[in-house]
Amino acid sequence: MQIFSCPFCGSRPEYEFHFGGDLGNHRPEGFEAVPDREWADYLYFRNNPKGTAREVWMHLTCGEMFSMTRDTVTMAAAPGETLTEGQP
Amino acid sequence: MTARRLPSGGEIDRARPLRFTFDGKVVEGFAGDTLASALLASGRQVLGRSFKYRRPRGLFGAGVEEPNICADVTEGAAFRPNQRVTTEPARDGLVLRSASTAPDAERDRTGFIDLFSRFIPSGFYYKTFMFPDWHLFEPQIRAMAGLGRVDPGKTGPVGDQVNHFCDALVIGAGPVGLAAARMLAGAGKSVVLADDGSRPGGSLLYRQAEIDGKPGADWLAETLAQLAGLGVTILPRTTAFGLYDHGLVALNQRHEDGRADTLWRVRPEWIVLAAGAIERPLPFSMNDLPGIMSAQAGLSYLRRQAVLPGANIVIAANNSTGAEVAQAMAAAGARVTLIDRRPDATPLPGIACHAGRSIDSALGRKAVHGVVLDDGTEITCDCLLVSGGFTPTIHLYAQAKGRLAWDETRLAFLPGDPVPGLTVIGGAAGQFTLHEAFAALPAALGLEGAPSAVPSSYDITPAWPEPGCKGRIWIDYQHDVTAKDVELAARENFLSVEHLKRYTTLGMATDQGKTSNLNGLALMARLTGREIPEVGTTTYRPPFTPVPYTSLAGLRGGERMNPVRRLALEGRHRALGAALGEYGGWLRPIHYGQNDAAILAEAKMARATVGLFDASPLGKIEVIGPDAAEFLDFIYYNTVSTLKPGGCRYGFILSESAVVYDDGVLVRLDEHRFVVSCSSSHAAGVHAMLEEWRQDRFPAKRIFIHNATAETATITVTGPQARAVIRAAGITADLDDAAFPHMTTRPGCHGDTPLRLTRVSFTGDRSYELSVRQDLAPGLWDALDGAARTLGGGPIGIEAVMILRAEKGYIVIGKDSDGMTRPMDLGLSGPLRSKKAEFIGKRSLLQEEAQRPDRNQLVGLQPEDSGGLLPVGAHGLDLTGNAPRSIGYVTSSCPGAGHDGPVALALIERGASRHGEVIELHHLGKRRRARITAPCAFDPKGDRLNA
Repeated sequence: MQIFSCPFCGSRPEYEFHFGGDLGNHRPEGFEAVPDREWADYLYFRNNPKGTAREVWMHLTCGEMFSMTRDTVTMAAAPGETLTEGQP
Repeated sequence: MTARRLPSGGEIDRARPLRFTFDGKVVEGFAGDTLASALLASGRQVLGRSFKYRRPRGLFGAGVEEPNICADVTEGAAFRPNQRVTTEPARDGLVLRSASTAPDAERDRTGFIDLFSRFIPSGFYYKTFMFPDWHLFEPQIRAMAGLGRVDPGKTGPVGDQVNHFCDALVIGAGPVGLAAARMLAGAGKSVVLADDGSRPGGSLLYRQAEIDGKPGADWLAETLAQLAGLGVTILPRTTAFGLYDHGLVALNQRHEDGRADTLWRVRPEWIVLAAGAIERPLPFSMNDLPGIMSAQAGLSYLRRQAVLPGANIVIAANNSTGAEVAQAMAAAGARVTLIDRRPDATPLPGIACHAGRSIDSALGRKAVHGVVLDDGTEITCDCLLVSGGFTPTIHLYAQAKGRLAWDETRLAFLPGDPVPGLTVIGGAAGQFTLHEAFAALPAALGLEGAPSAVPSSYDITPAWPEPGCKGRIWIDYQHDVTAKDVELAARENFLSVEHLKRYTTLGMATDQGKTSNLNGLALMARLTGREIPEVGTTTYRPPFTPVPYTSLAGLRGGERMNPVRRLALEGRHRALGAALGEYGGWLRPIHYGQNDAAILAEAKMARATVGLFDASPLGKIEVIGPDAAEFLDFIYYNTVSTLKPGGCRYGFILSESAVVYDDGVLVRLDEHRFVVSCSSSHAAGVHAMLEEWRQDRFPAKRIFIHNATAETATITVTGPQARAVIRAAGITADLDDAAFPHMTTRPGCHGDTPLRLTRVSFTGDRSYELSVRQDLAPGLWDALDGAARTLGGGPIGIEAVMILRAEKGYIVIGKDSDGMTRPMDLGLSGPLRSKKAEFIGKRSLLQEEAQRPDRNQLVGLQPEDSGGLLPVGAHGLDLTGNAPRSIGYVTSSCPGAGHDGPVALALIERGASRHGEVIELHHLGKRRRARITAPCAFDPKGDRLNA
C-alpha cells in the first residue's frame, strides 16, 4: 500500500485519496467555440508519463485537493503541495 | 530408508512425547519435532504423491523449500489444507491426510499413471483434449488435478493483523541476520528481526561454527540475550512473503499452538535481507525417489531432531558443503560414502570418497536402494543426500525491482544494482561462509561491531542437467517437470524463460520452484546455446510462500467485509417487523410484512391513504455562501440561480462527458443557502465532485460545502392523507397549499424539535419530506406512525416506493439510465437550448455521439401478451434486418399499484418518437411483445400531487 502526504493532514494511506487527473489539464471554456479536438483532448487524453508525473489528488477525509509529484516507475511520491496560495 | 531416532542429542524434549496420525496411522514424536521430523523418525518413506505422474515421494527439504510433502491438517474444529510438513510443529492430536492421495500416500490408486508418463509430457492436455471439446474432459481432469482439499464446511479461525513501524527490519535470524540486528540495535535503531524457522539461529542450529572464538550455539545464546536487552522484536515462524509499494513488507507469522496465523504489515525505514540460500538438487535419473534428500535438510534433521536419515548413506555434492554432512552422518553411526563431483576434493578420514564422480542414476521403486556412478560403479544405500549448490533467497530484492547478476564462481544469481532502502547480506548475497559474510557487514551496514569467524572456503563445480541425458531427470519435483519436458519446450520454441515456465509449469506449484528453477533455466541455456544470465529468471512475485486467506482477511469477514450504514430509525423498523436489506450501502426496510406480497400491499395502501417511508439515506449536501447560486448553476444541467428562497427544483448533474451522473431536488433555504439532495448511493461521490469544482473554479472562501447526510434523518409522508397525518401528528407548520405549494420548503416543528418540511414527490402523490436531527427522529417517527395508522396507512418499505415511482415514470439514475445516457434521452433538453451559463458537461452535449438521432431514450412499456411482468434486462428487437438487432432494454419492471396491470420502463432506440409502436422483446430464449408508451403510466396530468 502506498502512503501519500496531504499538505494539510500529513502522511495517510492511499485509500484515503482520490485521483483528480493531470495537473495543468485546463478546461477549455466557451461551449461551441471549443473545437472537438481540444475538448476531446481535455476529456480523454492523459499524459501517462513514464517517470515523473504531476497530478491532482483529493484527500477525501479532509476534502482538500492538492498537487503531487509521483514517479510512475518507482512509485515514489513526493509530499503533496497546496494549490491555493496563502493557505497553510 | 531406515531412518531412526538417536537416543540422545538434538533440541527435542524426550520427556514430552506426543502423538498424531498420518493417513490414519499413529506417529509418535517429541516436543521440538516438526511434522516432517517425526514422520521421518517413524521410518515412513512414502509420504505423498507427485502432482502429475502420481509417483511416490518422500521428504526432500527441512524448511519452506519443501517441494514434495504437504498434508491437510485437522486440529479439533480447525482445518488447514496443504500444509508443508517441514514447517509445521508437531502437536499432540493432529490429524494429517497426505495431500490429494486416495486411499493414502503409500497405496495411492492413481500410481499407475506413472506407467503412461511417456505419453503425457508437457502440453499433453492442450494437444489431446481439444477434440471434440475440452469441456467434455475438464471435470475428470479437474477432479484429479490440484493439491490438497478444501473443506467448505470448515473455515479457519480469524487471524490477527498487526501494523508496525521500525527503523530496520532484518529478515532472517541466521548468524548473519543476528549479527546485523545486533549492530543496528546497538546503533540505536528500532529493529524487528523476523525468521521463518521455529526459533532463531538459522544454520547455527545444525551447522558447526566458531564465532568470536566461541562455539556457534554459545554465540547464538549470548547474542539472543543481547538482542533482548537491546529491545529487538524477534518474530519466529514468520515469513516475509512480499514487498509492496513504499517499502511495505508483509509477513505471515505461524504460531506454535495452532492459532490462526498473524499478518504483520511492517513499514521499515531499512530492509536488511539475510534470508540465506536454498540448496538445489542434483540432476540424475530417478532423482525423485523417496530417500533422496537435500544434504542440508538431512543435516538439520540429524542435529536438530536427532533423526539419522539412514544406516547406509550416500552423500553426493558438487560443492564443499558435502564434507561436513558426511562427517556428521558418520559420527552418528551411519555408513557413509561421499561422491564429490569436484576432482580435487579432499578425502575425509574414515569415509569412502569418490572424487570427481557424479551419479548417473538412482535405483529403486518406492525408495532409493542404490546409485550408479558415471563410471558404472554401483553403490547400495538406503538414503541419498544431495547438494547441487545454493540458490540465494533474494526474492524481496527482486520484488523491489533489483536486478540480478550471475556469479560464475558461486554459480548463483546475486543482487546486482543496489536498491534504495534494502541491503542484502550473508548467504542471500552469495556469501556462503561466515567469515566472508561477517567481513562484509561493516561496509554493507555502515556500522562497526561485526563478529568474526575463522576463515573457510566455499567452492563449487557445475552440475547442471545436460541435454540428451538418458533416463528421467526431475527438474521440478512438485509439478513433475523433467529434463525431457524442458527439451520439449525448447523443441517447440518456448525458449523464453517465461514461456518455459508456462508451458511446462516449471516453478509454478505451491513451492514456486525454490529448489528447481535454476536447474530448469540452466538446462534451457544449454539447449539453446546461451549462457544462464542470457536466459534469465522469471519475474519474482509475492507471496514467497503460500499465505492462508484467513491471515490476509483478518477481521474483514462477515458483516465487517463491507459494513452497512445504519439508519437512526433501525430499531423502530425492526420493532415493526421490517425485512432489512442493503441498498446503496445502507441497511433499509425492504418491506414490513411477512413476505414479498407485502410490497404491493404497501404500495396500494400509500395510493389509497398514506405511506410512511424512511428516506434518511437520501444525500443532503449543504452549499452555503455568497457565490453558492453561481456555483450551483455550474454544477447543475438546469438553471438553479433563478430559484426563489423556499423553493425546490428537480435537476440533473452531468459528468464532463455529459452523461447523467445524478438527479435530485435542489432546495434553496435562503439567498445563500442550498441543500443538494442526491441519490443515497451517490452522496459521497457528489460531495467529492462539488468540492473538486469549488476548489478548481471558485473563490474558496465564498462557498462552503457540508455533507449533512449522516446527521439528518428524513421521513417521507406520501399519499392522499399525507397532510392530514402531519396535522394529526401535532406538527406545527403552515400546511395551507397556497402558503406551502408543491416544490417548496418550509420550517416547522414537532414539540420542541425543529423540522424542515419539503414538498417534493417521488411517488406522484402529495408528499412531505420531514428532515430532522437524526437523534430526534424516533419521536417524530412515532408521532407520524400513530397518526398514519388511525388514517388507514402505515410504514412502507423501499420496494413499495420503487413501484410507486416506476408507474409514475420517475427514474433511478444507474437503473433507468446507463453510462451512455444524456439528459435529452430522459426527456430534458431545455437547458441545452436556453441555458447561457457554463455548466459541467455542456460542451460534450454538442458531440456527435450526444447528438445522434438514434439514441436510446426513456419510454414506458405495456405488455401486449399474457406473459405478465416484462423481465428487467429483456432486449427490444429490430427484426427488419437479416438478423435480430438489439434496440435497447427493459430497465425497471413491476406490478402497478395505482395503474391496473404491469408497468415497465426501458431505454429504447428513438423511443421518444415511437410511442404507440409494438415491439418484440427477447429474454433468455423467450420472446415477448410490448407497446411503447410514455414513461408515466399513472396520473399523467399530476393531479394527485395536490389532491
